[in-house]
Amino acid sequence: MRNALSKFGQAIKLPGLSFFMAFTITGLIIAVSDAKVLAKFSSPLDFIKSALAAVGNAYLALFQGSVFDVNLIKDGSFIHGFYPLSETIVTATPLILTGLSVALAFKSGLFNIGAQGQFIFGAIGASYVGFNFELPIGIHILAAALTGAVFAAIWGGIVGILKARTGAHEVILTIMMNYIAAYFILWVLKTQAFLRPGRIDPIAPEVNENARLPLLAGSTFRLNFGIFIALAAALFVWWLLTKTTIGFKFRAVGANAQAAKTAGISVPFVITSTMMICGALAGLGGAVQVLGSEYALNADIAGSFGFDAITVALLGRAQPLGTVFAALLFGALQAGGRTMQSNTGVPLDIVQVTQALIVLFIAAPAFVRYIFKIKKLNSSAALTSKGWNG
Amino acid sequence: MSLELRGITKTFGSLTANDSINLRVETGQIHAILGENGAGKSTLMNIVYGLLKADNGQIFVDEKLIDISEPSDALDAGIGMVHQHFMLIPVFTVAENIVLGHEKTKRLGVLDISTARDAIKRVSKDFGFEVDPDAIVETLPVGIQQKVEIIRALIYDAKVLILDEPTAVLTPQETDELLNTMQELKRKGTSIIFITHKLREVRAVADQITIIRRGKVVAAVSPTTPEGELASMMVGRAVDLAPEKHKHVVGDPILVAKDLTVRDALGTAVVKAVNFHVNAGEVLAIAGVQGNGQSELARALVNLEDHIEGSISLNGKEIRGSSIYDSLHAGIAFIPESRELDGLVSSFSIAENLILDLHDQAPYAKGLNLSANIVLSEAEKRVAEFDIRLQSVNDAVSTLSGGNKQKVVIARELSRPIKVLIASQPTRGLDVGSIEFVHERILAERDQGRGVILFSTELDEVMALADRIAVMYRGEILEIVDSGVTREELGLLMAGVVSKKASA
Repeated sequence: MRNALSKFGQAIKLPGLSFFMAFTITGLIIAVSDAKVLAKFSSPLDFIKSALAAVGNAYLALFQGSVFDVNLIKDGSFIHGFYPLSETIVTATPLILTGLSVALAFKSGLFNIGAQGQFIFGAIGASYVGFNFELPIGIHILAAALTGAVFAAIWGGIVGILKARTGAHEVILTIMMNYIAAYFILWVLKTQAFLRPGRIDPIAPEVNENARLPLLAGSTFRLNFGIFIALAAALFVWWLLTKTTIGFKFRAVGANAQAAKTAGISVPFVITSTMMICGALAGLGGAVQVLGSEYALNADIAGSFGFDAITVALLGRAQPLGTVFAALLFGALQAGGRTMQSNTGVPLDIVQVTQALIVLFIAAPAFVRYIFKIKKLNSSAALTSKGWNG
Repeated sequence: MSLELRGITKTFGSLTANDSINLRVETGQIHAILGENGAGKSTLMNIVYGLLKADNGQIFVDEKLIDISEPSDALDAGIGMVHQHFMLIPVFTVAENIVLGHEKTKRLGVLDISTARDAIKRVSKDFGFEVDPDAIVETLPVGIQQKVEIIRALIYDAKVLILDEPTAVLTPQETDELLNTMQELKRKGTSIIFITHKLREVRAVADQITIIRRGKVVAAVSPTTPEGELASMMVGRAVDLAPEKHKHVVGDPILVAKDLTVRDALGTAVVKAVNFHVNAGEVLAIAGVQGNGQSELARALVNLEDHIEGSISLNGKEIRGSSIYDSLHAGIAFIPESRELDGLVSSFSIAENLILDLHDQAPYAKGLNLSANIVLSEAEKRVAEFDIRLQSVNDAVSTLSGGNKQKVVIARELSRPIKVLIASQPTRGLDVGSIEFVHERILAERDQGRGVILFSTELDEVMALADRIAVMYRGEILEIVDSGVTREELGLLMAGVVSKKASA
């Protein structure tokens, strides 16, 4: 137990310090970009005071927007204060799934840039089954989510087959497939099948009540069953990678495809099945977004879930548990950033600066070690920084 | 120029890599440093060359104490080094590689290559090298690339040249040529420190031999010392250089190749319609100079090559065109040429590497599930049976020495039911102790009635193990001869000269 704890401590040390440094630098940027702070430049004490106040307020708002806000407590109901936490989790849910998609691909030595397109296909599939059929409760959710996952698995599988058969690079393929998916959804939303009756703008009908993921904390909160799907998926990926023969093949090909091939492991099988599973994971993300919070398919359904996924997987070191934490962090930054903008006027974009800084420091572990004088450990940091050798 | 080391000591944590080593190299002497992998030879040389700093000890050049803390100090003192892995930029020309790090410019910052070109020509002429200064390095054979390294050292006035395992990457011919070059350098007054674990070469060129074992100088002997004695001093116990081959009954043909042709990606035949068979209970060696199609043939026999024509039958059943997976599970054990690239997944644990081709078989797999407990317990058994030296089977295989890595590959391949063993350069880069072990295992398989196909460029190995020897030259099998053949006859065949009296 103690050993496990110290191992865990080692594993989060670097991300933790990167996190800390990113927030420090973001704080400096918030301070120096605030006109009121700069106005006090002539008196150092006031300057520092007001700088600290500005940063403090911004970070307080960030916290209030992502975890807990006293001001939201109403009618003596303490629980309402946790509305921001619900928002964090709702934002993080699709990110966990797309993040897992990228992380699993990393383990097989593939760079899945295509989570965005796979997400879109998952959303389309789930939406269509969701509004077009009348099925019993439970079964409807299952059918819609599975359809989304299958659609996306096929979409990802195409890349897998192309790479396995022709050796085309998956990075190029997935980027192109993202474009196709992005325009495909625009077209789909204009077809008769998806057009909402009485509307001409690109928005599909809302999915039926039976197809919606159950809300977990009443109708005030958007928190829904999707988070359990995401956590189950993380558990599945962990199990697949560490406990199964398929995961063994994936990891062997990811670590040394040539030796894996020599030992009789079929590299084309690994590439194709990895891309299908990755597609299904990202597609499930799209399904959860439609069935859990958006209900209606729209052109902007995917946001940047598929692209942030790359960062999330990197931050989570391509580990399932790490990816879950990284996605929650990103969810918190997104949710908190909105509150920070409305409460303190610090633009939402600053959150992206923070995200970028975290990733920058994670990707440059030697720099963080240098700053904090940490000795080098046998870490798997190198794992996530390779993978372009497809 | 003479070089003397006094009391050189270097420790890494609890490991003493060099323990007060004394060594003296005279002017114009070839001084061989003999030792197993991990004995501390490379550490010592890296100290002399300034890549490592000794904890203790002094270095004298021409009786004068010098301080070497980085390679430029060594170069200034006239010490040059040719590393085992060449420090050349493959896409640069020879001349560009030679000026690297010493770039001189003409007016307007134009790189002065012509001076280097002239220097290369001069040194080449002096020492009888044939090196084109304008050739791109990656297009040159390994032996020539090594000469480029040597030329570089000579141009920068090296009077003491350190050659770190220079023959590990060379073919027998290139090796002979290098040995000649060394004699030539010596004649011109250059001192050479020759690091190796190959006994024959040491005896051929060295004037003085220092044997290092576990970081200590254990003996300083003359090159007339018999090979067996050198080997036992190196390993620290008696070693059997020529493993005993028991007489036994040879069975029926197990693996038969008929008109087997292998083409590369461009469609060129690299193996040309070869015919051979291996019987149960015999070792068929496929000898030849590196690059004559042996690698491709070995890979083709387990269907690892993409373009194979002709027939391969195992126990009368055609296996050409089946997958590598099916070939392995039909009863072929395969020890690939490069254990690092093809044999092992270096980031995987030793236990995982031991099941690389067995992970989806009983008892390891039950359906989709891979049983971690059985993987570990079986790994412990293999480790004991094959005497793999390690801390834990959970450690990454990359933490092992070369010999132990090869033992992992061999343990894996021999731990399933097999009919034929195909071993491609199984002792390349291994030390004497490990080579002895590999040879014993190969002969044990033969004695148990398996057919063994041994691909080897090492003549000694071929002579010691083979019952029959097929010699490959430019993709063809020139002749298959009995083990009674002499070294000279084999050497001629390897050079493509077919003798008149064809046998077997």
